[in-house]
Amino acid sequence: MILLDRVIKTYGKAENPSLDRITLHVEPNEFVVVVGQSGAGKTTLLRLLTREEKPTSGKIIVGGIDYDKLKDHNIPMLRRKIGVVFQDFKLLPNKTVFENIAFALEIVGVSSREIKHTVPKVLEIVNLRGKEKRMPIELSGGERQRVAIARAIVRQPRILIADEPTGNLDFKHAWDVIKVLEKINRYGTTVLLTTHNQEIVNKLKRRVVTISNGKIISDRANSGYKEDRNN
Amino acid sequence: MLVIFKRRFITGLRIIHAGIVSFLRNFSLAVAAVAVMVITLTIVLFSIITNATFGNTIAQITSKVDISVYLKDSVSVTQTTTLLNQLKALPNIKSVKYLNKNTVLKQYEAQNSSNQQLLNAISQTSNPLPPTILIKPYDLNKISNIKSFLSQPNVAILQSNLPSYSGQREIAINRITYATDILREVGVVAVIAFTIVCALIIFNTIQMTIFNRRDEIQIMRLLGASKSFIRGPFIVESVIYGIIAAVLSVGIINAAFVATSGALQASSLGLLDISYANDYFDNHFLGLLIVQLLIGILIGVTSAYIATRRYLKFKTK
Repeated sequence: MILLDRVIKTYGKAENPSLDRITLHVEPNEFVVVVGQSGAGKTTLLRLLTREEKPTSGKIIVGGIDYDKLKDHNIPMLRRKIGVVFQDFKLLPNKTVFENIAFALEIVGVSSREIKHTVPKVLEIVNLRGKEKRMPIELSGGERQRVAIARAIVRQPRILIADEPTGNLDFKHAWDVIKVLEKINRYGTTVLLTTHNQEIVNKLKRRVVTISNGKIISDRANSGYKEDRNN
Repeated sequence: MLVIFKRRFITGLRIIHAGIVSFLRNFSLAVAAVAVMVITLTIVLFSIITNATFGNTIAQITSKVDISVYLKDSVSVTQTTTLLNQLKALPNIKSVKYLNKNTVLKQYEAQNSSNQQLLNAISQTSNPLPPTILIKPYDLNKISNIKSFLSQPNVAILQSNLPSYSGQREIAINRITYATDILREVGVVAVIAFTIVCALIIFNTIQMTIFNRRDEIQIMRLLGASKSFIRGPFIVESVIYGIIAAVLSVGIINAAFVATSGALQASSLGLLDISYANDYFDNHFLGLLIVQLLIGILIGVTSAYIATRRYLKFKTK
């Protein structure tokens, strides 16, 4: 589902690459947690996957799309196939919960009737029924993040990328978000989650890929988080 | 296939809706853009009408001008026919008309019907007026070939007098042509200058809107919105500017005609024949409105397109 082969990303004239020969293979329907300190390269990795950045070298194939052959004008098509959740939610502040989720469908030309039919189902999945008419500012951080997840999955992507979705949340709210991600994974979506929250990683017991200084230093199935003692 | 078409249609409607909402939301910015576009389009419309009116004035004066060739009484019918045919064969000839002695006399009597003394004097002698050929040229500024033909010895010998060229009118026409040419140039420069200013202001308006909504645009891009979905509303917004400005400019000119119609009806303001201008405006109302709409929309779309281009490159580093 996701394949990275010796991917290197160097910004400008920086001496050390942000990502150094990253090779990673994620199977369909897997739930992978990418951990590492701030600045380790987690966000860079995700930005490569959403094609906000191009790798300096190496190969990336996501959902059968070879990024080397991807033309700029096809980037919107790629992004419609990948659901993305951001640490800062990126909700539209002047739209209600319902409108924020509907927005993702409006972009691709889904009819209003279909939107009315689909959005409540997604709200059900993220446990936000009854809050359709709230504005983002009226919601807690955890609720906002679940709106963002609902928006990311409403188009039924095969891959969901979540960049530190729990970064701004306390443990209880963070765990609510993670439970939603697990639920989505059970429905058949490949999930790639980055976090530096040790508690969550330990409780999740999923495949954990650890990045440090732009390199993958460990890749273990059903693992807990192993503190990088060097830092 | 049908699904794709349906989705495109829905997307199109959403883009138009978003454009209208954006226009209403940015009302104060929109006022500035529309105002400058109204000025531009009013100048354009004024230029079109003025140009047509000048053209009409020149055509009217020119049509009254002709060349009169006075023949000797002794010229035979055959000679006259030959001369007429030769004249018709010359370039720049609109019409050639032969008037015999009696016709000329009747015209003369009609023109001087109020002057009884003159009429009496003429009736007492045998008809002193020569048979006359009236020549109307297409372009009064290009009659040198006619002149040289008439001064050829074999042609000159048939004439009782030198031909008359309506000389004073020719000078007047030259002046009018000169003045209209200058005015036309001034008009073109003004139209170009205002079009550029107008495009720049719309350009700025849209850039400010984009700046205000840059977060929203970034989110749209991350969610996979296509270029046209992001750009569309801005284009629609500028099309609205264009439509409003076109309608207002036509309205302003119309109001100007209404305001002046009482005071200056059937009069000429120097070179500008206002009643003709008014008729021209009324008769071509729909065409002029369409031209204004097209110009307004073109200016709007072009500036919106350029303003959004920079923000919409899906270029990855």
